[in-house]
Amino acid sequence: MKIQIKNWFDSGKPFVWLNAGAVSVSVVMVVGLIALIAVRGLGHFWPANVAVFDYYSAPDDSPIHLMGEFVDEEKVSRSRAGNPDYEGATIQRNLIKTGNRDISGLDFRWILDAGIKNESFPEDAMIVERREWGNLYGFLVSMDLDGKQFTAGDDLWQKFQQTITDNNEIFDEIRHIEKDLIGGINYEMERLRLKQRGLELREEATLEKIKALDDQRNVLQQEYNSYTGELERLYGILNGSSFIARTAAGKEVKVDFAKIVRAYQPNAMNVFGKMSFYVEKLWEFLSDDPREANTEGGIFPAIFGTVLMVMIMAVMVTPFGVIAAVYLREYATQGPTTRLIRIAVNNLAGVPSVVYGVFGLGFFVYFLGGSIDQLLFPESLPAPTFGTPGLLWASLTLAILTVPVVIVATEEGLSRVPRAIREGSLALGATKAETMWRTVLPMTASAMITGLILAVARAAGEVAPLMLVGVVKLAPSLGLDGNAPFLHLDRKFMHLGFHIYDVGFQSPNVEAARPLVYATAFLLVVLIIILNLTAIRIRNSLREKYRAAEQS
Amino acid sequence: MDTDNITIDTLRHDFNSPASLNYRKWRHIKDVVTRYLMALGGISVIFAIVLIAFYLLYVVIPMFKSAEIERIAAYSVPGGSNSDTLFYAMEEQREVGLRVTDQGQAIFFSTANGEIREIFDLPIPAGTAITTIANGDFTQRMIGLGLSDGSALLFQHNYKVTFPEDVRLITPEIYYPFGNETIPLNVLGDPIEHLSIQYDGEQATLLAHGTDANIKLLNLTKEESMLSDEIEILRENSLITLDTVSVVSLRADIEQRELYVADETGNIYYYDISNKTNPRLVQKVTAVDAGISITAIEFLAGGISLLVGDASGQIAQWFPVRDAENNYTLQKIRSFNKQKSAITAIAPEYSRKGFVAIDESGEMGIYHTTAHRTVLLEQIDNHALNAISVAPRVNAALVENENKEVQFWHLHNEHPEISWQSIWGKVWYESRDKPEYIWQSSSASSDFEPKFSLTPLAYGTFKAAFYAMMFAIPLAILGAMFTAYFMAPKMRQVVKPTIEIMEALPTVILGFLAGLWLAPFVELHLPGMFIMMLLVPLSILLAAVAWEFVPGNVRNMVAEGWEAALLIPVIIIAVIISVHVSSPIENMFFGGNMPLWLSREMGITYDQRNSMVVGFAMGFAVIPTIFSISEDAIYSVPKHLTTGSLALGATSWQTMVRVVLLTASPGIFSAIMIGLGRAVGETMIVVMATGNTAIMDMSIFEGFRAMSANIAVEMPETEVDSTHYRILFLGALVLFAVTFFLNTIAEIVRQRLRNKYSSL
Repeated sequence: MKIQIKNWFDSGKPFVWLNAGAVSVSVVMVVGLIALIAVRGLGHFWPANVAVFDYYSAPDDSPIHLMGEFVDEEKVSRSRAGNPDYEGATIQRNLIKTGNRDISGLDFRWILDAGIKNESFPEDAMIVERREWGNLYGFLVSMDLDGKQFTAGDDLWQKFQQTITDNNEIFDEIRHIEKDLIGGINYEMERLRLKQRGLELREEATLEKIKALDDQRNVLQQEYNSYTGELERLYGILNGSSFIARTAAGKEVKVDFAKIVRAYQPNAMNVFGKMSFYVEKLWEFLSDDPREANTEGGIFPAIFGTVLMVMIMAVMVTPFGVIAAVYLREYATQGPTTRLIRIAVNNLAGVPSVVYGVFGLGFFVYFLGGSIDQLLFPESLPAPTFGTPGLLWASLTLAILTVPVVIVATEEGLSRVPRAIREGSLALGATKAETMWRTVLPMTASAMITGLILAVARAAGEVAPLMLVGVVKLAPSLGLDGNAPFLHLDRKFMHLGFHIYDVGFQSPNVEAARPLVYATAFLLVVLIIILNLTAIRIRNSLREKYRAAEQS
Repeated sequence: MDTDNITIDTLRHDFNSPASLNYRKWRHIKDVVTRYLMALGGISVIFAIVLIAFYLLYVVIPMFKSAEIERIAAYSVPGGSNSDTLFYAMEEQREVGLRVTDQGQAIFFSTANGEIREIFDLPIPAGTAITTIANGDFTQRMIGLGLSDGSALLFQHNYKVTFPEDVRLITPEIYYPFGNETIPLNVLGDPIEHLSIQYDGEQATLLAHGTDANIKLLNLTKEESMLSDEIEILRENSLITLDTVSVVSLRADIEQRELYVADETGNIYYYDISNKTNPRLVQKVTAVDAGISITAIEFLAGGISLLVGDASGQIAQWFPVRDAENNYTLQKIRSFNKQKSAITAIAPEYSRKGFVAIDESGEMGIYHTTAHRTVLLEQIDNHALNAISVAPRVNAALVENENKEVQFWHLHNEHPEISWQSIWGKVWYESRDKPEYIWQSSSASSDFEPKFSLTPLAYGTFKAAFYAMMFAIPLAILGAMFTAYFMAPKMRQVVKPTIEIMEALPTVILGFLAGLWLAPFVELHLPGMFIMMLLVPLSILLAAVAWEFVPGNVRNMVAEGWEAALLIPVIIIAVIISVHVSSPIENMFFGGNMPLWLSREMGITYDQRNSMVVGFAMGFAVIPTIFSISEDAIYSVPKHLTTGSLALGATSWQTMVRVVLLTASPGIFSAIMIGLGRAVGETMIVVMATGNTAIMDMSIFEGFRAMSANIAVEMPETEVDSTHYRILFLGALVLFAVTFFLNTIAEIVRQRLRNKYSSL
């Protein structure tokens, strides 16, 4: 037996198994990580049942009535659980979301599993999502619509839902007026102010010019007045109705319909109802603005900001990366200098991204942006236009960060184009430019696309440089909107990666924000994995193609 | 014949027709233009990339430049040279200067040309002469005159700034906070030989020395009367008796808690005067070498440090240091020996810890104490210099020489607080009991001493990298060995991209998981984590042994090279077991709470966001980098080497260790270098998964503050072109240099390896 074990060790097999184990651990970690994010992120939108129960914090205490969703559970040692009066060496704790932050101050609490008694899932338990103070958990008691009272009855819930739907339509209209129409007027007003200031600075402010500006202003002011009248009317409708809900503890609260996003009774839903609710919530997450300091609602501005920033970056990085690669590979004399440049370019891909952020802030924002403000936007000084972090500088910084990726990928593609193709083209009398444009570059197109996709994937995930050059936690307006010149390169923007950092670490209510952070992270991971897999696939098919070209 | 000719003619194309020529020319132009455009574009992109390094340098370099001074004007003392100057001051805009003379005049003048703006005759009683002058903290602009009848006069010089017709107009004023009557100090009516005053807006402390060995202390406190608007002045006084009569200087600090008395033999008496009725001698210390006298004494901004200039030209910084028993003793912290003649005056800066000193040979020195740096030393005159005043913004100085000539200098001294010593070395900061490495870049108070030591940040960076590499290197390299050499090709096709996808995962996600999920998880299952580190390798070995006992026909069902797939369930089970036994083990050995046990029984602090968590998360981020490069290196070891080794009878493991690994080792080395480069520069993980406190401790249970995280956190809040801004750029430059260096080494090693492979 002893000899056998010694032989076994001498054969090296256990070491091979240990090596295999290292691979397995890595694979388990990757898959586990993605699974963890997926489960926690996607699970959030599923409407969990609402439990109503009596809770005894100690066996002899008088119970309190609680109502909420079970969010998490853990088993801990007695001493970590604070040595409760219940038996057992390990104690199970549950995290429940009880909502009603306006009443109890907290919307999450840890409770001991052993203290839960008389648990039930009543069908009329309702969750109300509000625009402030988070969720409300309770039972619907009555409604008051413009003075008309409705109490318990068969169609109370239907009427309740109908009112919410109607009110939400009005609310959307209000938001449209406030954000798009009045926002547009404000934007125009500001432009007129800057125009006048510019005229004054250049000393061209003649009376008729000022008069023309004033006329425009008056027109805008009238428009504005008509909108505020409409707003008052809509708010009047919205504020006329309220309802009364009873919490688990028996307290009755009056809530205005104006503050309600939606209400639902998860315990009464069947699987299909829950599924359609899930889809609705998921859609809200992808398409809506954030609410309540980014802890509720959607992440649309962050998605929009990320995509816009990456697109502007791509527009800048592709031509320059390709030109640099073509120059290095096709035009420059090959020698120690090009080799040195190649090493430098390769190495730059390994320079920490925060260094690019520092460079972007110093050079682009303060130096270039400051100079642009002096030259082109003197009328808005001292408020900076481009001399402050913004969309343009963020895109430029990331373009510099990712340009090595595009150069390396394109150069690889160029080096794979067989010499015979180039020589054939030249022998037929084409100039070098024509050879490049008509034969070599089309053959490298997919290599360039690979480089671009990898650059986009890297840019979409970077956060550290963006924190310095333009990302904010809440951007009041998108970088692209209906006000001329439509694309606002000087605006700040939101970004998925930064959103994760900000909501996860700077939020006042981390527990409530956590599921949304997981969901955002999942979205980002999926996006980046798809981009990378596409790049890998294109690269592989490219290699096959050249192998065929070389052999024929 | 004819028909033949015709066909040939029509077929023949005239290559030299004007249209063809033009077209060819156009093509040629296009070719040339493209060539130049490409060159221009290519070179400019490469230039832009190179620009990064140069721009960082461009921002950093001004920090290390010495100060510059420029003489703007020189003129005879304003107000006539028949009186002697007692004191100079300047207002914030460096436009108006003040000269106080021994004839009792306060003369305000334009600094640019010496023209007199206004003269105030101070209310000195007839028949008395001014015997001495004292100034309080410069920020309070308070001056006290000691008179020959034993009384003192206190006044403030104030400046009102108005903008009539958009032009700045500065109007100087004299204000008497305690009335324009003199305050009697010495009962006996002796002349005041030495005076010290301090005023903080509410209370003033006057200390006067006459001809005997006594110092009279008088404390005046303004108190608003409860009933009327009248201000009542409360008085407290006491007497300090020295063991010497040869006092040179008296100085009380702005807080009016400490008094320093210098005597002719170079002793400094350190008194605690926080109790105004009962002053206490704390210490008597000899401040200068024997035979040398103290010639100038002044407080540094903030009133904690005392600057002592002596006849040999040395200037020393002293401050009270607290010992283990909470007793304070005055200690010499550092000294400057650059000037060679007796120091005549020292002018401290208003908000920084710098000062300007002049001496008898006409030299002026600009210094900074924290950085222990002589920013400038220049012979500005051939005559001895008598008096100096520095503008509040430290951008100008007034200097008077022995010929009663006033010189007005502009100073450019932006970053005196930076020196090699202050960035990388231990520095003894004010109110600290020993020299330390500290990073503390900002504070609420204005006379705060910034602590710009990059050492704790560099330490944090390498601590993070160290733990990350501890976790990543074994996993990545062992994994690469298996994947490249033993794994079935089909499985490799899946595994390699899977692990490489990890590289593209945004680090913000890893950081967020580490901070919000892993850190609480590790804290809750701390014993389980250590069990896991043992149990996982052990279970792999056990599985290997078990596999030997599996019947042959089952074993043959699994093709060779799929061991890794078999191990996945084993590892998952081992992890689950470790987590589940964590709580019972904690109950058994650690009193139910291991972090608490660590701090209580072992004295080890446990932070929830600690180095172990960062090690896991950042290790996770660098595994794919190391894995992918070393896998490539191992995979491309020429096949004839391995087949040769196997043919000679070596087992595959022997071949792996003795042949493959040895050949590929440069590649593995470069993989580790690149991984290290990534770990050093990683930002989001360290921002999110540590507490970001700049401590220097290798403990795995404590956090740190890394250079990159520091930049990301502090950069958005700094003022452009301030020292803090530039030092963050220096941090970025250091990161750039380190990663560039690591990557270059890796790249060169890889190039060599590639050449070696192709020659094998």
